[in-house]
Amino acid sequence: MRHKFRVNWPAFSLIAPAIIVLLAIGIYPLLFAVNISFRQYQLTKQYLGTGYVGLQNYITVFNDPLFWESLLRTGQFFLLTVPLQIVFGISIALFIDSIRWRPLSFLLRVLLVLPIAVTPTVVGLIGRLLFNRDFGLMNYLLGLFQIAPVSWLGEPVPAMLTIALVDIWQWTPFVALVMISGLAIVSPDVLESGRLEAGQGWNLFWHVQMPYLLPGLTAVLILRTADILKLFDMVFVLTRGGPGVSTELVSVYVQRVGFRVFDLGVASAQAILLLLLCIVLSRGYIRLFYREVEA
Amino acid sequence: MTVLRRRRRLWTDLWQAVLALCLAGIFLLPVYWMVTTALKTTTDTFAVPPVLIFQPTFEHFLAVYTEGPVLKSLVNSLVVATTSTALAVLIGAPAAYVLARFNFRGKADLWFWIISNRFISPIVVALPFFLIARDLRLLDRHPALILVYLTFGVPLVVWLCVDQFRAIPREVDEAARVDGANLGQVFFRINLPLAMPGIAVAAILAFITSWNELMFALVLTSTEARTAPVEAANFMTGFGIRWGPMMATGTLIVLPVLLFALLVSRSLVRGLTMGAVK
Repeated sequence: MRHKFRVNWPAFSLIAPAIIVLLAIGIYPLLFAVNISFRQYQLTKQYLGTGYVGLQNYITVFNDPLFWESLLRTGQFFLLTVPLQIVFGISIALFIDSIRWRPLSFLLRVLLVLPIAVTPTVVGLIGRLLFNRDFGLMNYLLGLFQIAPVSWLGEPVPAMLTIALVDIWQWTPFVALVMISGLAIVSPDVLESGRLEAGQGWNLFWHVQMPYLLPGLTAVLILRTADILKLFDMVFVLTRGGPGVSTELVSVYVQRVGFRVFDLGVASAQAILLLLLCIVLSRGYIRLFYREVEA
Repeated sequence: MTVLRRRRRLWTDLWQAVLALCLAGIFLLPVYWMVTTALKTTTDTFAVPPVLIFQPTFEHFLAVYTEGPVLKSLVNSLVVATTSTALAVLIGAPAAYVLARFNFRGKADLWFWIISNRFISPIVVALPFFLIARDLRLLDRHPALILVYLTFGVPLVVWLCVDQFRAIPREVDEAARVDGANLGQVFFRINLPLAMPGIAVAAILAFITSWNELMFALVLTSTEARTAPVEAANFMTGFGIRWGPMMATGTLIVLPVLLFALLVSRSLVRGLTMGAVK
């Protein structure tokens, strides 16, 4: 059987704008970034010119402990936030699922949308207010339990905890919403027969409901990984990566190298490596989890 | 027996209500704190223990209003987010329709490529975009931001709309074709109106993402086209934080979006989870 290659012009003309636009603003800048990453490109030292320097920028990045530390820090941030978001998210989903009084569960579901919609920049500002050492609500609440005021934004470990807590506040609702829609797929029949076999509580959840949550969980992991590698605005406003570099996640660091140090060559090399990491990670997740679902 | 069971049920309901209230409190408290701080006098803001009942003042909103830049930045944000969202729908919806209706070689790859734009970290594109916009003299002007925001707007619209178009039976198309309509007419006159619920969801998400975006705006604008998040972030530079005006600005940025999100919460939930569960 040979198919003649035939272009369906009307259909092509409908999809062409999207392809052209994404080539222009998705692929072209990417190639541009790859190009810059092989060049000398320091905006503050224009007299040096913008000649090719081969792999020099990449070598700089590989030998730059700050870059690897920022990646490691991003990993720590991921481990601080995502597991808790998943545990809280599933708990909240199971709780809302178990509420019998409809208006209440509806109201909670509506409220879950709110934190997600709050501008992350403003979330950062609110964080400054709530975690202020002298008059912040957080230290006041701790004071009620006789705990001495913590300098949340002034010391490395508390600062990391602060951005983690804020991220957990903003994104747990998203995980919960995904999990609620996962639970909704479990049909009443399956749930009923599951109850007979597995009983109540943990067994029921783990053996009957959990398999239905796996696709959603995969999606959550992929999206959260991508989002945390991207995470910039909330941290930028809340801590500026400080004190020192203690909360400088990778996007914040690359932005600093690019737009506060103005070394676009090195920053581009970092960004390209970041992009590769993101692609590898999301492919890995898909392979890991979907195999589990199929097996 | 039944009395006992009914009583137990009542207890369950009660403690569920209490727990629900706590959850609602946790999720609402930061926003509530922002709004009340915007309405407090500076003395009340610094009070320890925090003042819960106070005489509200509009001085901070008034200050923000008379000083100007915040208002201008809100207008900028509105212009950029609206235009960019409209363009994203105009470009993304037809593409989604073709992906839903036609089979061609490389379709899966094309779909994956369009969607994968959503996963690219903005910093990767922000660097080259800064240089491109500088060379095209588009720095600090609306078109640059509007175009850049299509990098997430178009994938979002395609992602959420493909399913919506798939749900429309093919027979609808075929009937129209028999009546002599061409593909463009079939799409614009018949499928587009039918797909409106899905398109609206995608548009809302695209709008909120554009409205909230900081990194591109920080890099591509300075004074004239500065958007609201940049203006808000600016409160953190310079000496002495002006908490009142800062929280008033935050309120002005967030509250319209939150009210809007509440109104359309049902479809918003669908949009947020649709991509994830599929």
